[in-house]
Amino acid sequence: MQKKQIRTTLVAGIGILGALSLSACGAADTSSSGGKDDKVVLAEPSWVGAQANAAVVKKLMEDELDVKVEAKQMDEPVAFDALDSGKADAILEDWHGVPKKQKKYVDEKKTVVSGGDLGVVGHIGWFVPKYYADKHPDIKNWKNLNKYAKDFRTSESGDKGHFIGAAPSYSQHDKELIKNLKLDYKHIPSGAEAAQLKEIQRLYNAKKPFLTYWWEPQWMNNKIDMTEIELPKYTPGCEEPPAKAKCGYETNQLEKFLNADFAKGNSDAAKFIKNFKWTTKDQNEVAGNIAGKKMKPEDAAEKWIKANKSTWEKWLPKK
Amino acid sequence: MSTPTIPEQGEKVTDAPAPKADERPEQPSAPGGLAVLARDPKVLAVLFALLVVVVSAAVTGSGVWPGGWTVDIKTPLNDLDNWLVDNREKSPIFLYFLLHISNSAESSVDAIVSLFDAMGWVGVTVVGTLVGWAAGGSDLSRRALRTGATTLGVFVACGVLEMWEATMETLALMTVAVFASAVLGLLLGLGAGLSDRFEKMLRPVFDTMQVMPAFAYLLPLLLMFGVGVPSALIATVIYAAPPMARLTSLGLRSADPAALEASASLGASSWQRLWTARLPLARKQMMLGLNQAIMMCLSMVVLASLIGSEGLGDEIYQALGSLDVGTALTAGVAVVLIAVLLDRTTAAAGERLDATVNVGATKLMTRVRLAVWGLVLVLIGVFSAIGSSLGEREWPEAWTVDLTRPLQDAVDWLTDTIGSGVPVVGGTEVWAHGFTDYMLNPLRSGLLTTPWWALALLVAVVGWVVSTWRAALTGVICLGLIGVMGLWEKSMDTFSQVLGGLVVTVAIGILFGILAARIERVERMMRPVLDTMQTMPQFVYLIPVIALVGLSRSAGIIAAVIYACPAVIRITAQGLRYVDPAAMEASRSLGATGRQQLLGVQLPLARKSLLVGVNQGVVLVLSMVVIAGLIGGGALGYDVVQGLSKGDLSQGLPAGVAIVCLGIMLDRISQPAGARPRE
Repeated sequence: MQKKQIRTTLVAGIGILGALSLSACGAADTSSSGGKDDKVVLAEPSWVGAQANAAVVKKLMEDELDVKVEAKQMDEPVAFDALDSGKADAILEDWHGVPKKQKKYVDEKKTVVSGGDLGVVGHIGWFVPKYYADKHPDIKNWKNLNKYAKDFRTSESGDKGHFIGAAPSYSQHDKELIKNLKLDYKHIPSGAEAAQLKEIQRLYNAKKPFLTYWWEPQWMNNKIDMTEIELPKYTPGCEEPPAKAKCGYETNQLEKFLNADFAKGNSDAAKFIKNFKWTTKDQNEVAGNIAGKKMKPEDAAEKWIKANKSTWEKWLPKK
Repeated sequence: MSTPTIPEQGEKVTDAPAPKADERPEQPSAPGGLAVLARDPKVLAVLFALLVVVVSAAVTGSGVWPGGWTVDIKTPLNDLDNWLVDNREKSPIFLYFLLHISNSAESSVDAIVSLFDAMGWVGVTVVGTLVGWAAGGSDLSRRALRTGATTLGVFVACGVLEMWEATMETLALMTVAVFASAVLGLLLGLGAGLSDRFEKMLRPVFDTMQVMPAFAYLLPLLLMFGVGVPSALIATVIYAAPPMARLTSLGLRSADPAALEASASLGASSWQRLWTARLPLARKQMMLGLNQAIMMCLSMVVLASLIGSEGLGDEIYQALGSLDVGTALTAGVAVVLIAVLLDRTTAAAGERLDATVNVGATKLMTRVRLAVWGLVLVLIGVFSAIGSSLGEREWPEAWTVDLTRPLQDAVDWLTDTIGSGVPVVGGTEVWAHGFTDYMLNPLRSGLLTTPWWALALLVAVVGWVVSTWRAALTGVICLGLIGVMGLWEKSMDTFSQVLGGLVVTVAIGILFGILAARIERVERMMRPVLDTMQTMPQFVYLIPVIALVGLSRSAGIIAAVIYACPAVIRITAQGLRYVDPAAMEASRSLGATGRQQLLGVQLPLARKSLLVGVNQGVVLVLSMVVIAGLIGGGALGYDVVQGLSKGDLSQGLPAGVAIVCLGIMLDRISQPAGARPRE
């Protein structure tokens, strides 16, 4: 009985392996199944603004163009690899966080092409909560940061001020900036956006002082009031190389990127994605409904679509 | 993200040859212990090494690895990265080998997803329940009915929680991953079980496979296999195959010599012997290995979602972005339920195989079983043909319950209440600050001010005393590698966190282990809690942990403790319970109180399993370093995470290797000599 069972299992296993190895004789099919004709695959990073983009685009493309859309969870670098290999067709919101990959795929291999601006302006900076800035108005300039360093001390930062750094995948040169501006702070990175948001929410609710890397658009800005610290002005290239960075962040037109074949195909779907362009306010509205009011992304998208017909009508490809 | 390996612990406990009396001081607490200690050369050596460490740290005041002794590993790794990107579509390695793997992985998962889809929710539930019942023996026995009912309950619960679609996607990925890990594990295990040389070669490979954080090798996998299912699948198989292989090999090796002898004397060739005696005798361990492989596959579900595969992990990861703990928790519950389902089904199947062998099966029963499996196949066919016409494909919306809001509220209430401002005790936040100030910070600065050579000396001496000179040498080599890669400071930071976490884990683990061993009711109450702690994806509790103690190293340590405690508790309890009943009886008849019994008899006799518990604690705490990196742990964990999320091979991989080095070093110097079969 036992023997028989084992033998049957082994025979079955060998059979499967044999079939697999037979199929492996020829060269593999390099094109991937994702997104060539039957459906469009969007790379969707983990932040809520990106979810808002994807939800609205998905809903409109499915309802108006009758194209099947799939949004796949991917961070920026992974998403660029996916665009290159054709596993994804478009990134809707790119913060230029992986310049190396961008250069490689867009400029050298030409497998990825720009899809134009998203219309949303990305702005990164250093922020403190408004309740703290109101009490100490002169903190708004970086030159006075050292004066207040002791307010920001925690057990993590020891005798220096605690600077809450960004999530690992985000564009950042805070660590170098702190060093180059000789600030009395210790840069302590957040391991993930969710971790940073929760920490800020916690400190904000407790009305404690904190200094952090922060950005717009960001759904939590609807719920908390932050004041920006003025950093040395950004000039092109001033953050390169990062070890010598001595300036704040570029205000960024967020950009769309498309898989080159998908873009060249010039299908309705590709045209629609190229036309897609909205404002920071629009995105924050949808994102706020998803994260703040805990609506399902598709419901939040539907709500916005109903109220803003004139905006999205322009995105539809002309017949 | 390692997962507890209970059977391995069992293996270490049960198969360890008894240590020889002269190997180390057996009873440090015996009368006159101090005097004995002072005479023991090994203890003297440890004291001497400690002295060197303290003095040299005080004198030099900095422990930096010499700058000239580092090797540039970034350039070759960057070159490799570029080569992979450029050649992904051209090189024959890809065209004739790697791409086949990735294509067949993708298509097999797709096929199963569409099969589930075609069967509709009715079909999947009916067939699933039937399979569960069949695995339990397809009769009216309690086991069969219970397994069937569990399966039915899990499917219904996943549907009611509105997780049907995600559950199906996860189940599909799991099916393929478990199949692949079982086949690979079986093959490797056969090799290791039959050949000593092969076994010796494989052991360090397995160690690395399990200690290396999956984050670190996800990136090279991404470069080779592309985004999504293939990379996720291969990462999972790398992680889940070792327990299967180890247990298979163990089973083959521990086969009753008498049975083998008998079979040999009957003139069986070595193949026949393998076939008729060794494999059947190893069946039980192999089932256990399969069970472990399944659990490890499940623990990779969330990780897979980081690189674009779907399912419950994706639900969790998405929910975290908007701090929606309620949804993440619901999806986490579904993961735990799947774990329960697969665990119970394989366990029941294992038990039944056992029973069949012992008692034998009647012809009728065998036929009934065959008929049931036939029915399963027929039903799969029928449902996939007509499933979609039986109503919706997905679980009906009307039959769902939205638990996310109440769950979210409950978690918020809890974290707000005990987070801060609790009278007298101060709340978790205050404790965490205290822990950082009085434990982590001194440890870290201590390690950083100790010169590297003094630390190497300490590692060598401890390794030699606790284990063998081989272990000592391995430990020192690992330390050296860390230094050569230029990651000394970050590794020491991580090391201090691991030590801090270990202290807490061992304290809690041994305390609850004692409770569980002595009071049966506590043990029973704790079992489901421990199961949940081990299978609930760590991502789910990361956010509440931040609410409790803030974004800090302590947060990472809490996550590690939650994860590592169950194993330590279980090993401690098991060790205490297996203490020779005669010794217990004797001490009781001599009038020892419960406390005296515990301290004087039970704990000393269970010393070896306590040490195994500590060793497992070390490995498990270390496996959480990367997860801790996500919530403020910094150091190596953060490097690995950033390496993956920035797509930087030259940052993530060396940090991952450094974690492996720390892991192997700690494992070797914390593993008592007798606990590992002699090499």
